[in-house]
Amino acid sequence: MLASVVPTTTWYLLLSAALFAIGAVGVFVRRNPLVMFMCIELMLNAVNLSFVAFSRSFGDIKGQTAVFFVLVVAAAEVVVGLGIIVAIFRKRPGANADDIAALKG
Amino acid sequence: MTELVVFVIASLMVLGGAIGVILRPNPVHAALSLVLTLFGVAVHFVAMQAHFLAAVQVIVYAGAIVVLFLFVIMLLGVDKSEDLRIDPLRVQRAVGPLIGVGVAALVGTAVIVSRGLFGAPQEITAPEDNIKALARSVFSDSVFAFELTSVLLVVAVVGAVLLARRTPKKEER
Repeated sequence: MLASVVPTTTWYLLLSAALFAIGAVGVFVRRNPLVMFMCIELMLNAVNLSFVAFSRSFGDIKGQTAVFFVLVVAAAEVVVGLGIIVAIFRKRPGANADDIAALKG
Repeated sequence: MTELVVFVIASLMVLGGAIGVILRPNPVHAALSLVLTLFGVAVHFVAMQAHFLAAVQVIVYAGAIVVLFLFVIMLLGVDKSEDLRIDPLRVQRAVGPLIGVGVAALVGTAVIVSRGLFGAPQEITAPEDNIKALARSVFSDSVFAFELTSVLLVVAVVGAVLLARRTPKKEER
C-alpha cells in the first residue's frame, strides 16, 4: 500500500508552510541580528520550495525562473545586510537587535 | 517507494536544520544547521527535476552565503552562545511560537482546502533539457528582469563597500 504513495504538490506546499513558520518564529525569538538573518534565509527557501513545486504542478518552467531571481536577490540582500551588521558591531560590540531599535548612530 | 523515502529523509533534513537554526544558542552552530536545511531543499529540487537549481542552491547558498555568514561571525567575534533566557521584550518569546503555529495553520489550511486545484505533477522537460529550458525562459521572457538583477548586484556591491569602509579621520589625511 505504501509502495504506491508518491509525494504530491500538497505535501511540498505543507513542508514549505512549516519551514516558513519556523523561520518566522526564529525572527521573533532570536535577538542576534546574524541569526535573525539566517531565519530570513529559511523563509526565502520555503518560498523557493513552493515555487518549484508549483512549477512542476503546472508544467511551466517560469516557476524555476522565479527561484533563479530569488537566489540572486537573496545573495545581494545578504551582502548588504552583513555590511550593515558589520558597521553596527564596529560601533557597539555585542549589540543585539533591540539595542539598535533607534535608527541613529 | 523511492520517491517517498527521499521525500521523508529530505524533509527531516529541512525541518531538523530549521529547528536547529532557531534553537542553537551559538551562531556558528545555527549557521551549520542552516547548511543542513539548504542541502535538504537541494534534494527536494532534484526530486522535482529542477537539477540546475539544485546545483545553484548548493553552490550559491551553502557555498557562498553560509561561508559569508561564518566569515562575519568569526570577524566580529560573536561566536559565543547567546543566553536564550533573557527576553528583552518579555512577551515576545512567548508570542513568537504562537504566531508561528498560527502562520503554519493558516497556510496549511489554505493548501489543504485548495488541493484539488493542483493537477498531478507533470514532466516539464526531459531531465537533461532542464538547463536549456531554464535558459530559454531567463534570456527571452525574463530578459528585462535579468538585466535588472545585474544593476541590483552592482548596487549591492557598491553599497556593501560603502557600508563596511572605515571613514579615515580628518587628521590622518
